[in-house]
Amino acid sequence: MHVYEHSVLLDESKCTGCTTCLKHCPTEAIRIRDGHAVINPDRCIDCGECIRVCQNKAKKAVCGKLADINRFKYKIALPAPTLYGQFDNLDSVDYVLSGLLKLGFDDVYEVSKSAELVSAYTRMYLNTEGIVKPVISSACPVVLRLISLRFPSLSEHVIHMLPPMEIAARAAKERALRKNPELSPEDIGAFFISPCPAKASYVKNGFGSYNSAVDGVISISDIYFPLIGLMKKTDSPEVASESGRIGIGWARSGGEATAIFNDSYLAADGIDNIIHVLDQVENGNIPPLDFIELNACTGGCVGGVLTIQNPFIAKARLQTLRKYLPIAQNTVDSDVEYIPESYLFEDMPEYHPMSRLGKTIAESMRMMADIQRIKAELPGIDCGSCGAPNCRAFAEDIVNGNATENDCPIKAFRLNSRKEN
Amino acid sequence: MSEELIFRFNVDGDDFTSAGQASVQVKKNLRQLGIDAETIRRVSVAMYEGEINMVIHAGGGVAEVRVTDEYIEIVLDDHGPGIKNIEEAMKAGFSTAPDTIRSLGFGAGMGLPNMKRYTDEMHITSTVGVGTKIVMRVNI
Ligand SMILES: Nc1ncnc2c1ncn2[C@@H]1O[C@H](COP(=O)(O)OP(=O)(O)OP(=O)(O)O)[C@@H](O)[C@H]1O
Ligand code: SF4
Ligand SMILES: [Mg+2]
Repeated sequence: MHVYEHSVLLDESKCTGCTTCLKHCPTEAIRIRDGHAVINPDRCIDCGECIRVCQNKAKKAVCGKLADINRFKYKIALPAPTLYGQFDNLDSVDYVLSGLLKLGFDDVYEVSKSAELVSAYTRMYLNTEGIVKPVISSACPVVLRLISLRFPSLSEHVIHMLPPMEIAARAAKERALRKNPELSPEDIGAFFISPCPAKASYVKNGFGSYNSAVDGVISISDIYFPLIGLMKKTDSPEVASESGRIGIGWARSGGEATAIFNDSYLAADGIDNIIHVLDQVENGNIPPLDFIELNACTGGCVGGVLTIQNPFIAKARLQTLRKYLPIAQNTVDSDVEYIPESYLFEDMPEYHPMSRLGKTIAESMRMMADIQRIKAELPGIDCGSCGAPNCRAFAEDIVNGNATENDCPIKAFRLNSRKEN
Repeated sequence: MSEELIFRFNVDGDDFTSAGQASVQVKKNLRQLGIDAETIRRVSVAMYEGEINMVIHAGGGVAEVRVTDEYIEIVLDDHGPGIKNIEEAMKAGFSTAPDTIRSLGFGAGMGLPNMKRYTDEMHITSTVGVGTKIVMRVNI
């Protein structure tokens, strides 16, 4: 069986077994067992909500460390545009890029540069005959996983174009080989500087039969302080940014969608909003649209859980940074008629339904009937004391053999007090 | 036929913001049963339209979904004003929705025709001043 490698983990020693993450997990993937949280890997979509809400810092993102880059002879940084919005009084992206070189990278390749090309090809894609509209963006890995677990009927809407991070990794490696003919491909490591654990999962697991070209993922929060120190020491930057407004705009919700240059789009952000939108799309209950951009994080990637700045402040900073930039610095020649193969992926991952109860419909129906019966007898106050996020989920756990009715302390208490009277 | 499962929902006629919630819940339940995605989509589209109609035209009602091993049946029952001419109401584009409703994006007159299109069977019984009952079936 296919095993999905996650990037959100629990530090048991810090977990107090409170019910905060339990209540916030959008896929009900968390249970409290033996006094601490347990994440069900089949349901987890790596959205990072639990990391965000945990007061005890017991939920962690598993990303690479900066030292990992030393595995490679030639190290390339692939900064997400979100990184640019993290700094006070920054007037040019060039300082960030130069700082990354000082940090130990041999080269930097901006993901926003590739994002501009992805935008250009997306416009072409939208004019392709036979595509299923609305086309859904493939950039946020949480959305991709959500679709493959829960909205299989929307798979064919997903744009079969690789996300900018992947395009950047490939282009950066090609450029490195061109500039340094003495290198062989194994010498080169490309590291994404990431706003979220979801990207780390994408890199580890690939997508369908596609294997990521990224060699490691390092979080923005991990490199932030060393980077800022090095940026302060930079008087005249040694590299120049090659991104325009479109590329940098990808860091916030709406940036990708507005770059299709027509107003037939929808851009939604925040995990609950995107689930709602996907539900409505599945019902056909949206106006005819060309494109749908979905970001699991509030505000888009600027709201990623591994960033430093508040998303709205980061957004405002990006606004200032972009102001005097050209619309785009990367364009596709007008005589290009086809999207290059290297931009496309072939197949969506298999559908792994996360919630199926039994092996057959008949078995599932029997189980569902049991769930209804058990749930009707529970207190219905959704307190979480049983370790499940609500009474219905608890009833499901009982029927699935993962809990017993005695795990509900309220019910046990009521039964006891009845006996005493 | 061996067993059947019933999901019952009160559709609140005063609350526009929650309109459509029953069909989202039904979708979740059907997924848990392992019903195929296309069938789920048909049930959910048809039910959503019916639910919205109950809210807009009838002040709410009761929605019941019965799952058997052969079909999924959606029963929508309300005590609204009833439908005067069912044949006319079934025509694509026919709507009595007032402007206030249209400004919310409803009232294209496509609800009933879509319910028919997405289901294998549909029966409407309605009495003016008493209410409307719509039964739809999607075969598994
Ligand atoms: N439950 C109901 N009770 C009373 N009248 C109804 C009910 N359902 C539908 N109707 C009548 O039938 C007409 C057509 O319904 P239909 O769902 O096709 O269109 P609509 O609701 O007006 O617009 P749309 O569904 O496209 O938003 C309605 O305008 C209304 O007059
Ligand atoms: S919105 Fe951006 S930062 Fe958030 S999970 Fe998706 S890709 Fe990562
Ligand atoms: Mg209608």
